[in-house]
Amino acid sequence: MAASSHTLTVTTPSDREIVMTRTFDAPRELVFEAMTKPEHMKEWWGPRGYTLPVCEIDLRPGGAYRFVSADAEGNEYAFRGEYREIVPPEKIVWTFEFEGMPGNVSVDTMTLTEEDGKTTITSTSLFDDVEQRDGMLASGMETGAVETYDRLAELLEKLQTSTS
Amino acid sequence: MTAQQLDMTFSALSDPTRRAILARLATGEATVTELAAPFAMSLPAISKHLKVLERAGLILRGRDAQRRPCRLQAAPLGDAAAWLGDYRQFWEESFDRLDTYLQELQEGEEEDGRK
Repeated sequence: MAASSHTLTVTTPSDREIVMTRTFDAPRELVFEAMTKPEHMKEWWGPRGYTLPVCEIDLRPGGAYRFVSADAEGNEYAFRGEYREIVPPEKIVWTFEFEGMPGNVSVDTMTLTEEDGKTTITSTSLFDDVEQRDGMLASGMETGAVETYDRLAELLEKLQTSTS
Repeated sequence: MTAQQLDMTFSALSDPTRRAILARLATGEATVTELAAPFAMSLPAISKHLKVLERAGLILRGRDAQRRPCRLQAAPLGDAAAWLGDYRQFWEESFDRLDTYLQELQEGEEEDGRK
């Protein structure tokens, strides 16, 4: 088992996208099921130590979902969106919005590919500016906000080295 | 921090010259002339970049009318990094949990098969 394939890769191929890939030792049907059924989602969705007290899924094009992730102190983080496309067990397209940053909506395409019994999830988040047309939000995203991820990390490293 | 402030930070950081300016300011305050020195760029062009950084709250300009030295304001950078860091950490940890869960599901299936 190659450990490297089990790590999350995050890339920013364009100004408006974030692409994440991760490989799992499981057949595609099972991974798809784990990503679409509330009883499964509650077992894994959210950072370590978080529970998923609310997981509503209306799995059909146009159907809504809402997840509430909660930490041990009871702080809640809600996420919502709508399914756009569902092709079992290959593809899910949904809109994704953190309710703490309303209006910042991405369209996420999650594709599942299977090879030698292992499944790779490739999630492409496309940041949509339609709902943000009137604000700075749109211009900020369009001018390449997200691509700065790696450079920002570099810069912060530099800043920390120089101030320490 | 509002989403709008976060976007201004990211927008300001999307340019290589502005990132270089911030990296330079991390070593201490500097005047426009000092900041312009490493670049094949006019002073007005550098001033434009400084205005973007100032609007995003990433730098402060001194009051001294002659020198107006620039100083780094790192707080918005920290907020931007926290947001991106959270995003990555969120998915990293979720997918780790999914990995473990999928193993459990498959082990369960094998046991059921043996019964």
